Amino acid sequence: MTTPAETIQQFVDRDYKYGFVTDIESDAVPPGLSEDVIRLISAKKKEPEFMLEWRLKAYRNWLTMTEPKWPNVHYPPIDYQKIIYYSAPKPKKGLNSLDEVDPELLKTFEKLGISLQEQKRLTGVAVDAIVDSVSVATTFQKDLEKLGILFCSFSDAVQKHSELVKKYLGTVVPYNDNYYAALNSAVFSDGSFCFIPKGVRCPMELSTYFRINAANTGQFERTLIIAEEGAYVSYLEGCTAPMRDENQLHAAVVELIALDDAEIKYSTVQNWYPGDREGKGGVFNFVTKRGKCAGRNSRISWTQVETGSAITWKYPSVILQGDHSVGEFYSVALTNNFQQADTGTKMIHIGKNTRSTIISKGISAGRGQNSYRGLVKILKAADGARNYSQCDSLLIGDRCGAHTFPYIEVKNTSAQVEHEASTSKIGEDQIFYCNQRGIATQDAVSMIVNGYCKEVFRHLPMEFAVEAQKLLGVSLEGSVG
Amino acid sequence: MSILEIKNLKASVDGKQILKGINLTVNAGETHAIMGPNGSGKSTLAQILVGRKDYSVEGRVRYDGKDLLDMDVEERAREGIFLAFQYPVEIPGVNSTYFLKAAYNEIRKHRGQPEVDAMEFLTLVKEKMKILELDQSLLNRPVNEGFSGGEKKRNEIFQMAVLDPKLAILDETDSGLDIDALKIVASGVNKLKRADNAQIIITHYQRLLNFIIPDFVHVLFDGRIIRSGGKELALELEEKGYDWIVKHPQAKELVAS
Repeated sequence: MTTPAETIQQFVDRDYKYGFVTDIESDAVPPGLSEDVIRLISAKKKEPEFMLEWRLKAYRNWLTMTEPKWPNVHYPPIDYQKIIYYSAPKPKKGLNSLDEVDPELLKTFEKLGISLQEQKRLTGVAVDAIVDSVSVATTFQKDLEKLGILFCSFSDAVQKHSELVKKYLGTVVPYNDNYYAALNSAVFSDGSFCFIPKGVRCPMELSTYFRINAANTGQFERTLIIAEEGAYVSYLEGCTAPMRDENQLHAAVVELIALDDAEIKYSTVQNWYPGDREGKGGVFNFVTKRGKCAGRNSRISWTQVETGSAITWKYPSVILQGDHSVGEFYSVALTNNFQQADTGTKMIHIGKNTRSTIISKGISAGRGQNSYRGLVKILKAADGARNYSQCDSLLIGDRCGAHTFPYIEVKNTSAQVEHEASTSKIGEDQIFYCNQRGIATQDAVSMIVNGYCKEVFRHLPMEFAVEAQKLLGVSLEGSVG
Repeated sequence: MSILEIKNLKASVDGKQILKGINLTVNAGETHAIMGPNGSGKSTLAQILVGRKDYSVEGRVRYDGKDLLDMDVEERAREGIFLAFQYPVEIPGVNSTYFLKAAYNEIRKHRGQPEVDAMEFLTLVKEKMKILELDQSLLNRPVNEGFSGGEKKRNEIFQMAVLDPKLAILDETDSGLDIDALKIVASGVNKLKRADNAQIIITHYQRLLNFIIPDFVHVLFDGRIIRSGGKELALELEEKGYDWIVKHPQAKELVAS
């Protein structure tokens, strides 16, 4: 007979199933970072002058900055000269259709459960697939173009829509915003670009799938989404990486811009390799995500399910500049084994009657450490601003930890800010109750955890909510005691 | 035919002996009441029968021809043992209907029957709800969350009605119930009694037994059954108190042995 604690251990110990490596040749620059490397990346991508200038400015700034030490995470120092800053699957000529994509790569994505063959796709989702440093395929581009929607890799956007890139790049996350954002600005190699013109409601989910394949390679992608007046888009991001013993760095930047009456929903299901049971390997996920509600009545929501990475450092934020704009953050962050997460959000209220909602659900199992860090800032002009925050922590077992660091700054007396927090434990009693009704321990844990995360899952697009539930089940296999 | 046969069952926790040799046979179609003062081991007995692991256990328990002590908690449940908990736990965010359907389907799978879908299950559930006069809104709420004490107890019996156990153990189901709720719960339990199942009612007070008439009453004291009898034993206890039976010479002899 196994005790609940043992069953939960087995449950937690389930293996990472996306850990395979695809055997493809890649075109990479030598490890290390210098102005020459940046010039090389920019040249490889045949970028206009302004991009190179911007990268170099970012790089020079980065040299003067230091890695942030305030997050509640611990890791050995990163040697930035050992990282490969550009790696692209070979051959990469200009692809005219999906038929020209390397079959090995198509197979890789099939294995990950993502079909890039449009005719095989059942759901209305357009995908931009990114391997290591470059985008390998973008589906449904032509259908979207008919509506005036631009959805392509960042590199393509720099070539074909450089005026838009020039206008919006760095307007939400400046090149000198923080250490990792500066690094990203200097070396980013690809990412997704999305532009929804005035009055258009994007008819399908747009999604980017990130895959790190090559060893010792950092992934620095940059995503820019612009929704013009009255436009709407729902965007999803998924990520996996092979299992490797050494840590891999992922430092992405995502910028969202919503003009008057526009709405952007951005959902992430993050499943980077978390490292093994002893805490060896895994992805360092140092990401800057920020949205700007630039227009009146605009709305930006971030929904994230974070189950992977050895370390997560990430605060998807919203700048509520337009009057009556709305910012939302819904998050489930799971840490198991030796994973560490310091995640949360920033809601910056500038406009009048701006509203924000924060629902954060942390789950810690094994020796995982989970911190919520959030800032609600109400500026002087933000009359009638309102915020509601709820931060819950769920502990599974007795070797994990949950921490909450809420910061609130209010400079306007008409503001209303509410903060609620709770910490609970999956009790032996709950499991026993389920067992006594014939439900096995691992099903009981899944059921309890999913119940706990329900408020966040209902903000995910349908298919992804199902995926997220399964993912949580798998990531938690083996964890109550 | 006997459903449950307990032979010389002993149990201890942290070196403290709680059950000191219980013998009890429960046949199909019977209702047994187990009464006793606080700390006599009533709840421990219930916990051991459903498979709680906190105790070291000796003795033999046959259930439906199988060795019960070798079975996992969920296996016992799937084989038809149901415990109406004294303190039902809350499971936030987990919908009651979803939970109960999962439990129901586990039992069906165990029996090699096909699982039922949501529509079929809802039909079944609505029928069973009438027995307990439960409000339908309970079905849409998370398991026991925000339920009053009485609602929790009624919900336990409702679950029992849906899962249709072969052996139901009711642990202090009457505590925390007002007289109206008590009548509803008791009438539900009575309706569920059949010739092919059995019930064990654990209670401190006699009042539940005004509504659920037991075939046998056992008095548990200091880890032993010190007296067994028919339904009139419960009334006698009510009248004279536990002291009377504990000080009875026959009981003293048993406790001393």
